[in-house]
Amino acid sequence: MADILYFGRLGDVAGTGAEKLDIPATITDTAALRRWLDVEKSAGGAFLEASVRLAVNSEIVVDPHPISPSDEIAFMPPVGGG
Amino acid sequence: MITLTPSPFSPSEALADFEKEARGAGAIVSFTGLVRDRAGDADVDGLHLQAYSPMTENGIEKAAADARQRWPLTALRIIHRTGDMGPFEPIVFVATASAHRRAAFEAADFLMDYLKTEAVFWKREFTKTGNRWIEPRAEDYSDSARWTQTNMETDRNARHK
Repeated sequence: MADILYFGRLGDVAGTGAEKLDIPATITDTAALRRWLDVEKSAGGAFLEASVRLAVNSEIVVDPHPISPSDEIAFMPPVGGG
Repeated sequence: MITLTPSPFSPSEALADFEKEARGAGAIVSFTGLVRDRAGDADVDGLHLQAYSPMTENGIEKAAADARQRWPLTALRIIHRTGDMGPFEPIVFVATASAHRRAAFEAADFLMDYLKTEAVFWKREFTKTGNRWIEPRAEDYSDSARWTQTNMETDRNARHK
């Protein structure tokens, strides 16, 4: 099971901030994961936005980055504190 | 030193502690960011700050190391809130110390621009009319872009003309 984290507004889109998911064996990289989840969550493209970065096991990656079934994968919309 | 805390903190106590730590410095600059009670035409009831540990802490550590490399700092302190907070509560505190004022001012400014646009936080605002996630504004990004080496050189050249 992969740990999927949805930060910021993507938590609203996904309906949760974090969940464990069985990712289909055919989904082997981050670009495919975005497309699959966008359909699964009826997100209307929110997971496909270029401004949304992905982190795999706490490292920000560039699409398409390989993923394994037990990875922690975070969807990160634009950040900012202060 | 860098602290993320889900509890309220006192900027005046933080500054007093920092003054002790930075004893001997010729210049101390501190900045405190507070939760506003208004956003546009809406009353703000509060903010929620999400972080992603340890990515958030590691990123801030790296920005602090960058600041130390670029300016001759003798001490540096960053406190950032997470979780829920109300209007007027401190959300961020940055303090820098150096032998002279320019380095302390610039380093604090640089660190705040990092925190506003690159630090790994997501900010949600609660208002009477609804809740919304806030992302950095265009001017936050242009403020932050001032610190890229190329832009700093353009600035310096412009000043010398």
